[in-house]
Amino acid sequence: MEKLYGKDLALKANRARLLAVEAIHRAASGHPGGSLSCLDALTALYFNEMRVDPANPQWAERDRFVLSKGHCAPALYAVLALRGFFPVEDLQMLRSIKSHLSGHPDMKYVPGVDMSTGSLGQGLSTAVGMALAAKHTGKTFRTYAICGDGEIEEGQIWEAVMAAAKWKLDNLCAFIDVNGLQIDGNTADVMPSEPLDQKLEAFNWHVVKIDGHNIDQILSALAEARSCKGMPTAILMKTVKGKGVSYMENNAGWHGKAPNADEFAIARAELEAKIKELEEN
Amino acid sequence: MAGKIATRGAYGKALVELAERYPELVVLDADLAKATMTKDFAAAYPERFFDCGIAECNMVGIAAGMATAGLKPFANTFAIFAAGRAYEQVRNSVCYPHLNVKVVGSHGGISVGEDGATHQCTEDLALMRQIPGMVVVNPCDGNEMTQAVEALLNYDGPAYLRLGRPAVETFTDELEGYKFELGKGVTIAEGTDVTVAATGMMVNMARKARELLAAEGISVRVLDIHTIKPLDEELILKAARETGAIVTSEEASVLGGLGGAVAELVSAKCPVPVVRHGVEDTFGRSGTANAVLEYFGLTPERLAEKVREAVALKK
Repeated sequence: MEKLYGKDLALKANRARLLAVEAIHRAASGHPGGSLSCLDALTALYFNEMRVDPANPQWAERDRFVLSKGHCAPALYAVLALRGFFPVEDLQMLRSIKSHLSGHPDMKYVPGVDMSTGSLGQGLSTAVGMALAAKHTGKTFRTYAICGDGEIEEGQIWEAVMAAAKWKLDNLCAFIDVNGLQIDGNTADVMPSEPLDQKLEAFNWHVVKIDGHNIDQILSALAEARSCKGMPTAILMKTVKGKGVSYMENNAGWHGKAPNADEFAIARAELEAKIKELEEN
Repeated sequence: MAGKIATRGAYGKALVELAERYPELVVLDADLAKATMTKDFAAAYPERFFDCGIAECNMVGIAAGMATAGLKPFANTFAIFAAGRAYEQVRNSVCYPHLNVKVVGSHGGISVGEDGATHQCTEDLALMRQIPGMVVVNPCDGNEMTQAVEALLNYDGPAYLRLGRPAVETFTDELEGYKFELGKGVTIAEGTDVTVAATGMMVNMARKARELLAAEGISVRVLDIHTIKPLDEELILKAARETGAIVTSEEASVLGGLGGAVAELVSAKCPVPVVRHGVEDTFGRSGTANAVLEYFGLTPERLAEKVREAVALKK
């Protein structure tokens, strides 16, 4: 596959947004807010950064990805489907008893999913294990993860952060999706985590701060992570929870709620307009 | 072999001896290498040893990630932390994706001794047995442990292995025809009146209880159930049919471990009296290992009493 850049990546990300929201609508359950906030990063990973082969999902040399905030599975599924790991039509069976696309990512059943996640705080540790295994076996694959800014309230995240620095895992890059919201409200109220950049730097990580909806900034942060030696990289991306659907944006109420038919019609109209705009410009 | 060695000691030696033949074996510990006996492996193969510090949940997750890349991680800490603190990591990061991680809980049961209740894990067998797809192994002596480690290296999937702290007599190497096979119990001694199905250090105590009872004319069959899951159903049901009563014995809670497993099986498929011998529904306490075992009734004498109870329940 040829790597996508700029507008083409933004277009792909918004197509994934529409697919993810539609899947959640049809399932009548799921987590749209955080799915929409991390989709630009996810799309950049799978359509530019990562070496993967949809025809051979278990390719031993492939780059790995762990969705530590596993409830954003609809975003990952949409990107994997668009990338060719499984048919896009499968997305419409999200969370159905008949589907392989369960509520949280399951590596046993979903081609392209490198780690089963869903219980917050656990994914980053497994990503550390993958990166450590690569170093140990002399393989060159890189490991990526996306954590939520609510998720990092889990102590295990900081255990993993310490371990990644101990083993100087410069083959590990973790995004923190800083959308500022969690189920109970503002992260700043529920459990303040700032200054996150200083905390991670103090833990001996290389930190890059970007706008998580700016494709060029995402790509340059990933390039910076690749060139950083001797320490893991954290990309703190400021994002908008519910990005792309007006009534979901910056609204904690849309953390884990599915849009009904009327609400989905609005979401579709807005996302289709965005896609059309990107196609025409 | 004979003599005495703790199962943790035999485990530590086995890791070192097997390392050359199993290059994918990697060992993780959580700042307890001197106690879990992974220290010898750490010294011999430093590049294959990963000390994760006092962070058991993260250690289990790292092991899971390593397993996805084809390594065979053994993650070590005390049973209370492996099966207790990191329970949900074992469940969700290891067992749900059915990864090839061996979770090793040292200092299982109450024979931890002096450290007392916070470090005496009596729930591990029940907790680990509950998780779908988990294999649970609790060897009775050094010889059995050595063979269990290699069997687990050749088993592709999640497993929990329990190690004990105190030195215990090695005897399985002197049993004729003894062979370790995952999921298969071992008939240690034949008997016709009642069966003791024991696991871990209680297997040897069952042999001693058998001698006590022989003097009273009670013929006791002794089974070594080193693999609690998958349970050797055939062997246990045969014992239920042929001896008409079963006593389970374990250095663990009477709730949900071997006793629970046997009771579940026997009540459904061949109902005969099942009496469970182990730690009653209570926390441990400090003391020397022997004093603690005595205090909680994990002795051949107390086991013999349980056997008499079971015999009395027949008909």
